[in-house]
Amino acid sequence: MKILFAFFLLVLPIGLLAHEVTGSAGLELRFFTQDAQTPSQDYLLNTSLVFETEYYHEWDNGNQLFAITPFFRVDQHDPERTHFDLRELTWLKAADNWEVRIGLRKVFWGVIEFQHLVDIINQTDLVENIDGEDKLGQPMLNLALINNWGTLDFFIMPWFRERTFPGEDGRLRTQPRVDTDLSRYESGAKEKHLDFALRYSHFIGDWDIGLSHFYGTSREPRLILLSQPGNDVFIPFYDIINQTSIDLQSTKGNMLWKLEALHRSGQGTTYNALAGGFEYTLVGILDTVIDMGLLGEYYYDERGKSAPTLFDDDFALGTRLAFNDAASSELLAGILIDKDNGSKFFNLEASHRLGLHWVLEVEGRFLFDQEPEDPTFSIRRDDYIELLLTYHF
Amino acid sequence: MRNCLLLVLLLILPPLEVIAETPEEKGLAIVIEADRRDTGWKDQVADMEMILRNRQGEESKRTLSLKTLEVVDDGDKSLTIFDSPRDVKGTAFLSYTHSLKPDDQWLYLPALKRVKRISSANKSGPFVGSEFAYEDLTSQEVDKYTYKWLRDETYRGRENFVIERFPAYEYSGYTRQVVWIDKEIYQTNKVEFYDRKNALLKTLEIKDYELYIDKYWRSHSMHMVNHQTGKETLLIWKKYKFNNNLDDRDFDINTLKRSR
Repeated sequence: MKILFAFFLLVLPIGLLAHEVTGSAGLELRFFTQDAQTPSQDYLLNTSLVFETEYYHEWDNGNQLFAITPFFRVDQHDPERTHFDLRELTWLKAADNWEVRIGLRKVFWGVIEFQHLVDIINQTDLVENIDGEDKLGQPMLNLALINNWGTLDFFIMPWFRERTFPGEDGRLRTQPRVDTDLSRYESGAKEKHLDFALRYSHFIGDWDIGLSHFYGTSREPRLILLSQPGNDVFIPFYDIINQTSIDLQSTKGNMLWKLEALHRSGQGTTYNALAGGFEYTLVGILDTVIDMGLLGEYYYDERGKSAPTLFDDDFALGTRLAFNDAASSELLAGILIDKDNGSKFFNLEASHRLGLHWVLEVEGRFLFDQEPEDPTFSIRRDDYIELLLTYHF
Repeated sequence: MRNCLLLVLLLILPPLEVIAETPEEKGLAIVIEADRRDTGWKDQVADMEMILRNRQGEESKRTLSLKTLEVVDDGDKSLTIFDSPRDVKGTAFLSYTHSLKPDDQWLYLPALKRVKRISSANKSGPFVGSEFAYEDLTSQEVDKYTYKWLRDETYRGRENFVIERFPAYEYSGYTRQVVWIDKEIYQTNKVEFYDRKNALLKTLEIKDYELYIDKYWRSHSMHMVNHQTGKETLLIWKKYKFNNNLDDRDFDINTLKRSR
């Protein structure tokens, strides 16, 4: 890491243009609707403060940029959720047919709404949200070769980031908890294992395609139960995996068709998984300016019920409302249904701007009819409604 | 080459007035002339301030910057980057417009570092909550409409052609538009938009034209009033810059992901 900082001191030019500091500070209130499963988790309201800021600077006619994005959260109950991260510490140089990006970065792959199957470069910051959309900054060297037949991205990732997990006092966690102090790796190099990825991406007419291969430390650990008298815990175990994947979207008028599929080996049995779906938009429903999207998605994992995922043989139905108002009001609601045992997971996300700087977000997650074999069984008493009020500057 | 051909045609053809021209032909000819005069600018960048006002007079403001690349024989490419409100800062919208086939559009969401290909079927929908629909702001290619000259009229003290145009592309929210085109500079001074029921929906007034690089007129003020809701949107254009040496690379998905 010291080398990385030294490097940035070298590349940062003096006599700079375009400095910018932006960011946000938020107050998060989570109201749990039921008593928790264990006494250490026994609270109905959790308060949390979150702060993120970005320093951004570009020069060389916009062809070079530097960005640093510290992130910090203070949580009322769970010390594991009180954490700091550098979401970004990156230098980028762009030329006519290539781009080099060095540092801590976030990279997203995929098209599906309720699952992120092929997205693998960054580790999930799971204490933030169980939707898996919050990510830890990943150290990398990334070279993109830009051709008229598509973009080839090469990634070398010299340092692995462990997944964050809620602590003993956190809600929305496994039972028993995951002890991240006891993490184990397949590789003797542990987090210093050199990971690689290659991605081809392109669009042809109304088709957008991504083909990727990843070799390295699985971002998703296997959880191994360690029985200790009176103190059972899960140990995260990080395998070395190979994963080949495709993500595809076809945009036909009001209809988006989406597909993600992967083949993964090295983590137990070799398996395939896929997610496919559509989003159909009704523009200006009922003579208003409100757009309504209708979403349907299906998820399949060859490992079946033994898969450590919600999405083994499930489908989701959802709707997205864009109010197209001055406050940019939006709502996304969806229900995930397990085809085999009928367990259901309802999700709601809505946002509304207040004035120029404030945004109010509401989030709700509710589980119904959970069976013991579902990965969500351990959070069946953690239904919540969240209010997040954020000031942007 | 094309200019030579045009010159030859002008020389060998009899003066236009002599030919019995239908209103449709005259309308089309006016628009082709306007298009011809606004060809060859290659690229353009500008900042925009957007002021939304509701019926109660409450205002909200957003600022954005736009880069546009002229594409000859097709619609232009454009990259729109949001600066405020702060919660959408860095959000960027990449659009490859086309005359008749649907536009290609991508949205970049900086918080998720995610690029989404989005449907362009919402042409009639409001652009970021304003009274401008997407179709009001995309590049105005000749093929996008059929035309009919209605009359000549003095408007705001200037001589105008008044023509009617009918969208030829899919998903439009309008049956027709009535357009006032300045006879001297061939720029639009006013547009009336009629909704799918052919009722007057909106009026757009375009003002404060200035000449750039001796050839291209650009407006600094566009004021849209929605007669059905009482809402208004004012676009204030600033800092037009031409000859920026932009090319396709400045309008690709890699650039979209690092836009500011």
